[in-house]
Amino acid sequence: MVGFLLLILIFIATLPLYARSYDVRVLTLILIYVVLAVSWAMFSGTTGYMSLAPAAFVGLGVYTMALLQETLPFPVIIVIGSLISFAFALLVGLVTLRLRGIYFTIFTFGLVVFLTELVQYLETRIFLGHGWNITPIDNATLLYTMLVLVVVTVLVIYFIRRSRYGLALLSIGGNEEAAEHMGINTTMTKVLSFAVSSTFMGAAGVVLAPSLIYINTTIAFSLFYSFMPILMAIFGGMAHLSGPIIGAVIFGYLERTLRSELFSYFMLGFGVILVLVILFLPNGIIGLVPTLQSKLGRLMAKLRKGEQGEQHANT
Amino acid sequence: MVERIPQLLIVGIFQGGIYGLLAMGLSLQYGVCRVLNITHGEFVMLGAVLTFTFSQLGINPLLAPVIIGPLLFAIGFLLQATLFRSLKARASSPAAFEGNALLAAFGVMYIFQYIARITWGGRLMPSYYLADLVSFLGMEFTLNQPVSFAIALALGVAVYLFLSRSRMGRAIRATAEDPGTAGLMGVNTHMILAFTFGLGALLAGVAGTLLSVKTSVSTTLGFPNTVIALIVVTLGGLGSVPGSFVAGIIIGIVSRLVAGFWEPILTVPVYYAILMILLLVRPTGILGKK
Amino acid sequence: MPILEGQGVTKYFGGLAAVSNVDFRIDQGEILGLIGPNGAGKTTLFNLISAAFPISSGEIKFNGQKISGLRPHRICRMGVGRTFQETKVFSNMPVLQNVLTGAFFGTPTRVSGADAIGEAAKALEFVGLSAMSASPISDLTLVNQKRVEVARALATKPELLLLDELMAGLTPTEVSEAMELVRKIRDDGITIFMVEHVMKAIMGICGRIIVLHHGEKIAEGTPREIAGNEQVIEIYLGEGAHAGS
Repeated sequence: MVGFLLLILIFIATLPLYARSYDVRVLTLILIYVVLAVSWAMFSGTTGYMSLAPAAFVGLGVYTMALLQETLPFPVIIVIGSLISFAFALLVGLVTLRLRGIYFTIFTFGLVVFLTELVQYLETRIFLGHGWNITPIDNATLLYTMLVLVVVTVLVIYFIRRSRYGLALLSIGGNEEAAEHMGINTTMTKVLSFAVSSTFMGAAGVVLAPSLIYINTTIAFSLFYSFMPILMAIFGGMAHLSGPIIGAVIFGYLERTLRSELFSYFMLGFGVILVLVILFLPNGIIGLVPTLQSKLGRLMAKLRKGEQGEQHANT
Repeated sequence: MVERIPQLLIVGIFQGGIYGLLAMGLSLQYGVCRVLNITHGEFVMLGAVLTFTFSQLGINPLLAPVIIGPLLFAIGFLLQATLFRSLKARASSPAAFEGNALLAAFGVMYIFQYIARITWGGRLMPSYYLADLVSFLGMEFTLNQPVSFAIALALGVAVYLFLSRSRMGRAIRATAEDPGTAGLMGVNTHMILAFTFGLGALLAGVAGTLLSVKTSVSTTLGFPNTVIALIVVTLGGLGSVPGSFVAGIIIGIVSRLVAGFWEPILTVPVYYAILMILLLVRPTGILGKK
Repeated sequence: MPILEGQGVTKYFGGLAAVSNVDFRIDQGEILGLIGPNGAGKTTLFNLISAAFPISSGEIKFNGQKISGLRPHRICRMGVGRTFQETKVFSNMPVLQNVLTGAFFGTPTRVSGADAIGEAAKALEFVGLSAMSASPISDLTLVNQKRVEVARALATKPELLLLDELMAGLTPTEVSEAMELVRKIRDDGITIFMVEHVMKAIMGICGRIIVLHHGEKIAEGTPREIAGNEQVIEIYLGEGAHAGS
C-alpha cells in the first residue's frame, strides 16, 4: 500500500517535466480540492456538525497571499494564512459550537457573505479600491507546494483519526451527550478540531491565489469552494480517509475539464449528483465497497456451488 | 443627522416587513418539517424573477403572486413530499436526517440557481412599479414601500391566524410538537409536512414579488436572501412565527440605520455581530422556545 | 462521609418543579434504589447529579466536593459513571470502540493507548460481551446494547455508578442476569444508585430505597419498610408493587 502511494507521489512529482503546463495546473487544483475535501470531512464527517464555511477560510488564505505576496516568501505566507484561518475558526467555534448544531450551520453558511462584505469594506477603507493582481508563480513550484501540503494534511488527519481524539470526534457525532458523560470535553474538542481543519483550508487558499491571477472578494470568497469539497467528500464517502480523496480527484477533474460555456449545466449536474448521493449513497462510493465485496463473495460462492452440483449430478 | 432617524426607522420597518415574511416561511419549514431549507432564498429569487417576467408581459406585479404563489407552493410541496420524506424514512436518527436534509437542500439550491441562470441569464432586471415618491410628515419614500409592507403584514397576520385558529393550523402545530402522537390522533402528517413546506415556499415567493417591485433583481439574489432569512429566523427564534416577523422588522431597521449612518456594505457584518451577541446571551433567540 | 449527598435539590422547567427539595445520601458500597411513578422526577434527578442540565437550587456533593455546577465530563472524571434510560451508545463505531471512549477519557488520570484497550477489554469481559468486541453496535440486541453502556461506564473507573432503568424491556431471565451483574459491580467496590421500575430487581438487590412522587421524596427506607409503606402502596396501586410480585 505504502509502495503504491509512493509511486503516485513520484509520478506527480515528475509530471512537470513532460506534461503540458495546463495539465500541471489542473493537477494542482485537484490537489487543492483534495486538501479541502479531506479537511472538511475531518470535522463535519465525524462530529456531524455541518460546516458550510470552507469557502471562508479559502478566501482568507487567498487574501493573505494578495496582501503579503510582495513582502514575504511564499512558504511564510502559507504559514501565516494557516494561522489566520486557525484564529478565525477558533473565534467562530468558541461562539457557535457551544450551541446546538443547527446554529453552527447557520452561522457558517453566512460566514462567507460576512467576510466578503467585511473585507470589501476594509479594502475600500484602507486601500482605497478593491481587487488585487497576484503575480503568478511557476506551475512546478505550485504543484510541489500542493504536494507537500497534501502529504502534510493527509498525514496529520490520518494520525488524528487513529488517535483517541479521532475517537472523541466520532463519539460526538454518535451521541454528544453520552460523549460528554464519558469524560470528553466536547466543546474544546469541537472547537480545536474545527480550527485545525480550517488551518489546512487557509493554507490551500494561499496556494490557490497565484493561479487566479486577479482576485477580489467575490472571486476569493466564492461559495463554490464550500460546495465542491462537500460534494466531493459526500460522494467519496467519509468512513475512510480515501473517500474524500477519491471524490476530489473525480470531481476536480470533471470540473476543470468541463469548465466552459456548459459550466452552468455541469453545476446543475453536480447539484443533482449531490442530491442523488445523499438519497441513495449516504455512505458515498467507498460505502459501496463492503456491499460490492459481499455481493461478489456470494456470486463466487454460487458459482462454486454450481460446479459442485454438476459434479454430483454426474456421479 | 438626527432628523433622518424617523425616516430611516420608517423605511426600515417597511423593509423589515418583507424580511419578516421571508423568515416566516423558513421558520415554518424548520419548525414543522425540521428541514433547514437553505434553498429558501432561491424561492424568493424565483418569485422575483417570475414577477419581472410577467411584468414584461404586461401583468401587474402585485397580481403575479396569484400565479406564482400556487406554482411555488406546488414545488415546495413536491420537494417535501418526495425528497425530504424519503430522507426522513432512510435516516438513522433525527440528527442524521437534519444533516442529510441540509446537504440535500444545498444541492437543490444549486439546481434551482443554475436552472434559473440557464433560463434567464445573470442580467439585472429593474422594476419601477408604484415608484412615485410620496411625502408624509416630512419623510419621503416611494409608494411601493408602504404597499409592500401592508401586503407583507396582512399575509403575516393571515398566516398567524391560520396557524392559531384553524383546524389545519392546529394540525400543523401538533405535528410540529410531536409528529408521532399527531399521527396517532388521525393527522395525515405527510400531507401536513408537504403543505407547510409549500406554504413556506409560497411566502418566500411573495416576498420575492415584493422585493422585485422595489429593487432590481437577478438570478443571483437567492443566496444573500437565504443568509438574511437565516439571520432573522435565528434572531426571532427558530420555529416561532411571530418571532420571525418581529426580528424581521428589527433587522430591517438595523439595515437602514447602518446604511444611513455608516456603510451599506456593512449591514451583513453588523447583523452577524448582533447575532453573535444574541447567541451568546440568549441562545434560543428573542421569542424562541427550545 | 457519604459518597454522594444531595441537599435541597430542586429543578424547575418553566414554572414546573420536576424535582423539588430532595435530600439524599449514599454511603460507600451501598446499592441505593430510586423508584416512583412515571414523571416522578427520577431521571431528572440523575441528570442533575451527572450535570446533564444545571440544578435550579440546592447542592450535590460527591465525596464531600460540590459537583452541582460542574460540567458532565468533569464529574465523570471525578468518578461518577452512568448509563442512560434511552440507550445512548455510539452507533457509528463497533462495540470495543464504544467502551474505549470511556477508558480513554473518563478516568481521573491520563492512560496510555495500550492500557485503555486493556481496560476496555476487561470491562467487556466483565459484562460478558468479549465475543462481540468487533461487532457494529447495530447488530446487538437491546439487552446487549445496555451491557455495552454498562461496560463503557465501567471503563471510566467510577466510584459511583448511576444506572438508569437498566432492566427496562428485559425478559425475566434477562432481569435476573442483570441483577447478577449489578451485584458483581458492587462486589468490585463500586457504589450503585439505580432507577428502576422492575420491582423484583429493586426489592431484590437494593439495600435502601428512595421513593419520588411529583418530584418530592415521599419515602425512604429498606425494601421491607417501603413495601409496607401505605403512601407508596397507594401511588403504585394497579402497578403490582407489593414485594414478592
